[in-house]
Amino acid sequence: MTRLVRRRYLALKLEGEGTFDRNMVSDALWTAVLRLFGEVGVSQAGLFLVEFDLEKMSAVLRCSHRVLPNVKAAIASVTKIGGQPAAIHVSRVSGSLKTLRRKTAKRRV
Amino acid sequence: MKFSDLHLRVPWHDLEKAKRIIAKSSELGYSQVGVPLQPNIKQEAVDRLRQVCEEFGIDFVTRIELVPKSSSELLGSLRRFRRQYEVVSVSCGSKPLARQAAKDRRVDLLCFPGFEWKKRFFDKGEAELASRSGAAFEIDLASVLTSEGFLRVSLISSLRREVATAKSHRVPLVLSSGATDLLLLRKPEDYASLALLFDLDSSSALDAVSKNPVDIVERNRNKLSQDYVAPGVRLVSVEGRRVI
Repeated sequence: MTRLVRRRYLALKLEGEGTFDRNMVSDALWTAVLRLFGEVGVSQAGLFLVEFDLEKMSAVLRCSHRVLPNVKAAIASVTKIGGQPAAIHVSRVSGSLKTLRRKTAKRRV
Repeated sequence: MKFSDLHLRVPWHDLEKAKRIIAKSSELGYSQVGVPLQPNIKQEAVDRLRQVCEEFGIDFVTRIELVPKSSSELLGSLRRFRRQYEVVSVSCGSKPLARQAAKDRRVDLLCFPGFEWKKRFFDKGEAELASRSGAAFEIDLASVLTSEGFLRVSLISSLRREVATAKSHRVPLVLSSGATDLLLLRKPEDYASLALLFDLDSSSALDAVSKNPVDIVERNRNKLSQDYVAPGVRLVSVEGRRVI
């Protein structure tokens, strides 16, 4: 049976001058989508920060597959996290968490 | 795919910062960067930048940004600098200047002031001239990233209109970072995603960060080589003699 809402998982690499916590990153992503695509855009995106690793400065974001290009544009537009200058790069996109983890682990090796 | 950023504004007087920015570009997947240079820059500084780029496996492209006040000044600058730099861009501050730049075959990139929407002269007439001369329309994405509110809205709106005009007249588009800082740099694929904001489809956006800028550099390097005579005509050496 196919799912009604297909999801995409994005592996993110964070860069910035300060230290961030999970809420700050989540907030920055939500704000970016909201600013570029409005409230309807956010409601369609189904954003959820699945993982956040402060040491590796990496995160995994979940979104709906329909709005993946919009979410990627919004991620690229992030210039601040918690008021500090920052940048977020998308390093991988996958349809499942398992594959995403496997691919990112392979890349590290 | 070979990715290129023709507008990486590295501080050539601060080699350490330049090194960090170039290293980051390499890490993000660029294999060619164009660095805008001042006309009075010393050859040693250029050589040092070239060396840093080679260290990180990046192809260094020299670029000059002309900001003339009149058409005659533009023609004088083109006569003076065209054979010294691999890429020539013109920042068009007035309509007559924009028209002159668009019809001159020596100009590679047409740039318009980011936030002064009254000075963005890339309309149908401009696109037609640019398409005949082979000049490309350059979009600096740093201005999209750094702006917010009404400024960003009006910039994206202008870009959407200009991109549609460029596409309908087959004017090549070039997406550049225009970055002065590490945190303003993005991956080429991320820039291609940002181009969605002004209705550029993903394959054209990827061409704008790879094929289009790489073609411009290749074409100019051919023209600047000593063997070049005219389009399609080169000097080839046969048994020590040079013949056309």
